[in-house]
Amino acid sequence: MNAQSIRRDGLDLCRKRRLSERVAAVALGGCAAISILTTAGIIAVLLTETVSFFRDVSFRQFLGDTEWTPLFAHQRFGIWALVSGTVLTSAIAIATALPLGLLAAIYLSEYASVRARRCLKPALEILAGIPTVVYGYFALAVVTPALQHVIPGLAGFNALGAGIVMGIMIMPIIASLSEDAIHAVPDSLREGALALGGGKLRTIRNVVLPSAFSGIGAAVIIGISRAVGETMIVAIAAGQQPRFTFDPRVPIETMTAYIVQVSLGDTPAGTLAYRTIFAVGTTLFVFTMALNVASHFLKKRVMKGGTL
Amino acid sequence: MIEKPYGTAAAVQHASPRDWPPDSRLNPGPERAFRAICALALVLPLLLLATLLGRALQEGWPRLSMEFITAYPSRVPANAGILPALVGSAFLMGLTAVMAIPLGVGAAIYLEEYAGSSRLTGLIEVSISNLAGVPSIIYGLLGLELFVRAMAFGRSLLAGAATLALLLLPMVILAAREALRTVPHSMREACFALGADRWQTVRRVVLPMSLPGILTGIILALARAIGETAPLITIGALTYVPFLPDSVHSPFTALPIQIFNWISRPQAGFRVNAAAGIIVLLAIMLLMNGAAIWLRVRFERKLSS
Repeated sequence: MNAQSIRRDGLDLCRKRRLSERVAAVALGGCAAISILTTAGIIAVLLTETVSFFRDVSFRQFLGDTEWTPLFAHQRFGIWALVSGTVLTSAIAIATALPLGLLAAIYLSEYASVRARRCLKPALEILAGIPTVVYGYFALAVVTPALQHVIPGLAGFNALGAGIVMGIMIMPIIASLSEDAIHAVPDSLREGALALGGGKLRTIRNVVLPSAFSGIGAAVIIGISRAVGETMIVAIAAGQQPRFTFDPRVPIETMTAYIVQVSLGDTPAGTLAYRTIFAVGTTLFVFTMALNVASHFLKKRVMKGGTL
Repeated sequence: MIEKPYGTAAAVQHASPRDWPPDSRLNPGPERAFRAICALALVLPLLLLATLLGRALQEGWPRLSMEFITAYPSRVPANAGILPALVGSAFLMGLTAVMAIPLGVGAAIYLEEYAGSSRLTGLIEVSISNLAGVPSIIYGLLGLELFVRAMAFGRSLLAGAATLALLLLPMVILAAREALRTVPHSMREACFALGADRWQTVRRVVLPMSLPGILTGIILALARAIGETAPLITIGALTYVPFLPDSVHSPFTALPIQIFNWISRPQAGFRVNAAAGIIVLLAIMLLMNGAAIWLRVRFERKLSS
């Protein structure tokens, strides 16, 4: 084998490698780009169908009305009937999840031993991992009948039972994210407060919680975002009657439950009723995105070190 | 000898004031009560879940039998079974895995091993964290327009699996990235020093070393996907399917959809069926989670030895 051929082999080897390397880089980059395409796809799909929805329905009909009856002969498109249902169930869910989640986070971070924490955190993850259709069954078949013993006049489908069960579902998210925020409070602050004779309770209330405020706020907003986007629990247990009310005892309908209701029926594509689910989907998307962005900025402020 | 300003033996022993016991001399009542309330907030939801699961078991257990697993749905609650739903879910999970795993792991490898800090990488990162916060029913709307209509898959297994794959991608990418990060940098450097290029390093060293971690993440993601209902309803999975899917273009139902269908019926018999279906669904999820934990424990032991 002469020097020439060795050099050529070496060159060939290099060229071959460079090719496989280049192919791999492009292919892997393509995989990563799928996430950009998915985001773009979601926005494009929602936007096109929503634009054609608003060719038939004016903004005034959409935003200036509280009746939502697109599937009836007399069509009305007041989105507030669905928004109020979403706000109501989410508010009940947060009212359940915030105290439980925050207190649980305080326990995990300030009181629990390392061993207890190692047991309790995965146990909470189980709560968050139960399929939502199962939670829906619980809300309809167990929690609502139990509540009917206590609250007279509670309908079989209602916002209260669905909201409470939804709160149990999002409680672990709030607990876990709040615990991260509370854990990040520097020990020097605790030591200072304890040295002043504050006691543990007063240290937590006056020093630890205020310092972790941004992080806890971010956790709560993520919780609200989950509640707004949650579908099966409300579709099963909150009813399918859009109405503009904040009475938790009567059947209502959320934005997500409406999309499920229309999808279950055989609504042909291209009709106005079909486009309504995209208009509702866009509203839902805007709500959750706004919440996610707000949470992101709050969390960023924590990372920069700004506490209050 | 330089005297340390703080850092006595006691302070070293209690590294963090979080671990200090509450000072009962200061204010014993409220201190102890608050601690108890906090513990209660943690235990109460778990107890509630245990009660609810107990109720589902109590209601559904008598209905569980071989016939329930192997029968087709029926208008008579006592004759109805979950076979098409079970087979549909199995097909769905298989197809979803085939689509989501290469894409997700590929994206993770790109972000961890290839990408610099370009603007494109930043855009990808932002997209992924955004997508993780998008409600699953919105993925259903995307699947309906993109896969069912634009790509003309119809209301088929393929459309359902593609939708679920997109939904799972952020989760798979996150898990795979975490697993890739556990491979020590020295391994890559040793490989480069032997003359390997980036792709060879990834394929021969980084991927095999992180494989158990990646698998654990994928199983956990699939265990979550098997309970997903809303996006499948949106793309038009059927609720009454008296046949088994015979190809990827076949219409289908899935276990959570069958459960949802039974819950929404007024007859008590169907509610019992729903409870039995829930037991099956949770058992499958439990098995998958158990497999993931087993893998993780094995992996950790291998790393530490």
